[in-house]
Amino acid sequence: MQLLGHKLGWTATFGIVVVAINLCLMLFAPWIAPHGQNQIVADAWLTPNSQQWLGTDDLGRDMLTRLIFGARMSIGLALSATLLCFALGVSTGFTAAIAGGWVDTLLSRLVDLLLSMPLLIFAFMILSVMGTAIPVLILTVGILNSAIVYRLARSVAMGIVVQDYVEAARLRGEGLGWIMLREILPNAAPPLLAEFGLRFCFTFLLIAALSFLGLGVQPPNADWGSMVKDLSGMISLGSSAPFYPAGAIALLTIGVNFIVDWLLSIQSRGHGEGA
Amino acid sequence: MIAPSDPLLRVLGLSVQAVDRRGNASLIVDDVSYDLQRGEVLGLIGESGAGKSTVGLAALGFARRGCELVRGSEFFHGRDIRQMPATERRQLRGAKIAYIAQSAAAAFNPAKTLMEQVIETVAFHGLMPVDQAQMDAIALFDALGLPHPQSFGNAYPHQVSGGQLQRAMAAMAMMANPDILIFDEPTTALDVTTQVEVLAAFRNLIRQKHTAALYVSHDLAVVAQIADHIMVLRHGKVVESGTAARILQSPQQDYTRRLVRERASPTEFRKQPDAAPPVLTITRMDANYTKASRTLRDINLTIGMGETFAIVGESGSGKSTLARAITGLLPRATGDIAFLGETLPPRLAQRSKRQLQMLQMVTQMPDTALNPHQSVLDVIGRPMAFYFNHSPAIVRARAIELLAQMDLPESFLHRRTGELSGGQKQRVCIARALAAEPKLIICDEVTSALDPLIGEEIMQLLQRLQQTTGIAYIFITHDLGIVRRMAHKVAVMLKGEIITQGTIAQIFSPPFHPYTEKLLTSVPQMRADWLDDVLANRVTSQLQTP
Repeated sequence: MQLLGHKLGWTATFGIVVVAINLCLMLFAPWIAPHGQNQIVADAWLTPNSQQWLGTDDLGRDMLTRLIFGARMSIGLALSATLLCFALGVSTGFTAAIAGGWVDTLLSRLVDLLLSMPLLIFAFMILSVMGTAIPVLILTVGILNSAIVYRLARSVAMGIVVQDYVEAARLRGEGLGWIMLREILPNAAPPLLAEFGLRFCFTFLLIAALSFLGLGVQPPNADWGSMVKDLSGMISLGSSAPFYPAGAIALLTIGVNFIVDWLLSIQSRGHGEGA
Repeated sequence: MIAPSDPLLRVLGLSVQAVDRRGNASLIVDDVSYDLQRGEVLGLIGESGAGKSTVGLAALGFARRGCELVRGSEFFHGRDIRQMPATERRQLRGAKIAYIAQSAAAAFNPAKTLMEQVIETVAFHGLMPVDQAQMDAIALFDALGLPHPQSFGNAYPHQVSGGQLQRAMAAMAMMANPDILIFDEPTTALDVTTQVEVLAAFRNLIRQKHTAALYVSHDLAVVAQIADHIMVLRHGKVVESGTAARILQSPQQDYTRRLVRERASPTEFRKQPDAAPPVLTITRMDANYTKASRTLRDINLTIGMGETFAIVGESGSGKSTLARAITGLLPRATGDIAFLGETLPPRLAQRSKRQLQMLQMVTQMPDTALNPHQSVLDVIGRPMAFYFNHSPAIVRARAIELLAQMDLPESFLHRRTGELSGGQKQRVCIARALAAEPKLIICDEVTSALDPLIGEEIMQLLQRLQQTTGIAYIFITHDLGIVRRMAHKVAVMLKGEIITQGTIAQIFSPPFHPYTEKLLTSVPQMRADWLDDVLANRVTSQLQTP
């Protein structure tokens, strides 16, 4: 199988299928799901049957419906938080590398400050104070994660700004924006892309963890992390219910990483040979 | 099979195949045969990609990753190296056939002393006790003319110079008293004056020990000093081979003839353009990287419109720093630069767009000077869009025009720069500089990363452009041959100062400044006895000046 002129291995195919399914669920949840998100359709704790394929939860809501709506919430949140953290981290990281001097020192010390506190506990603190509205959640997770992206972006860009072609752009009198977007970004893409896949998974898990701890997505909205929490008590009763959202989290994480691996393998085949 | 036992090494019909990442196989060495007698030096000459290093490595029964020896045999003492079991071949390497790589700086472990590394091979092969090995190493240091041979081995690699390191590497290779030495471009990374010393040391060593050697280089003049036989390679095939004297005096093939002619200096210097108004004037400029040191001291020079001004000096003389100070990448500390009648601010950020446009630069390494993710059109078009706000259609038309001037076809417009060869990349770099329609281009070692014949073409191209557009050049180079052929005026730099400057005729005719003379005589010439002459002259001049 081929995509963009490159051979797809089975891992990449698997990853693309998983991610495509998840994206469909995210975009078309209201049309795909058999019931409403918070609609009580049957008795609580039903086992899978022909009506409710994955059974029902503690309130008698359809599990499959919750899982589908959960995809929308979980992926949407993780994606926006990751995009935010990359926009922040990459732009500040590149700026630090290009400007150097006191700009670099100031930004780097600020980031050290952020990194010196455990991520989860810091997020916990902010969410306790600021409340758990969804924009607050995205901003908190995005900003906290951007510190790590900053470090990567800065170190990658450090190696590129000393290249002669960046110097040539400076000599031409190009501004920060051009140097950042046209000279550095294309050459820094492979490691950043790898980091994006990884960071997306971590963000995803972080939000799931926050939801599990009760500070993430609030009921009655469905979200895979909070679903695991709501259903966790059922493990002792031998129910398979908690494994559905947990499995969905694991599957998507693996799928994204397979795609990233594939993209990296294309990149590492080097430029110069044409795509 | 009856192995011919006559020569030390007999290579017959050697072919090496390379397989690229896509699985396409190609022959990078095609049917190469040679004999190597004891005490004889064979020079392998060719441009990059000619397969000369591959032939050298193949004498060890070794091929680089992705390459494979596919055909041919290599009889060493009458036994075929390719047929030997791997363990036996490993015994051979370093002990009987030793290899000296191009950049000694990268080949040494910075955490160990030189002595530890020099005697490592013999210790590994268990050939002699350590104290005996150290004695031998000291004797070799002495033979190679290294300073303080007794204590030289105690130094770490970063504490000695590049030329000394290269000699230490030769000592390492000689430790086991090998029958064959393979030199792979051992002096390419060195300054000309250092190159003379290292070459002389190598030649003495080979003569003293009566060792056979393969000497791989792209510089025919260098090889001519040391080799008895020369083999010219191109695209993996033997173009011509014969005794050194024969190749130099009566080359049979056209390619060889061009190689021999490359270094021939013109009889006349370039005519000075008459009293051109100055484009750039530097007065009493100092510049430095740290507050404590003065990298450049008291620089004064004037460059006229349409003039080529060469700045020569060895590595570390501050010539590239001077370029950075002019361009503003390194803000000058004191002094003044006047460009087109106005004072250039020290910092890049303070300069006007017009000042930036009028002063362009072409750098040494074409591989890093172009963004590999941009197309040729992106690269050449950007200055036009940036400085003149030309519409895409005009940019495109102009870019095609520039490509034609660079002798590059229009089809290159949409090629990624990563796909081009070194010479083509350098042409694109020059086109990028020209696209800004400057009055002055700083050329920082523009040909030193290129093969000699390609560098020569670039030089002719630059000269032609000067005649048609009237651009002034600052040529920063260590190659005096280029200066002689290209420049109108020259400044010689040493340790951050200009020690002498003037027109080419003034600087390159007697009476010479002593340092200029040393530089001039260090440029290898296309005759076999050049090294002897230089060494003889040095001895007499040392005798004369106590």
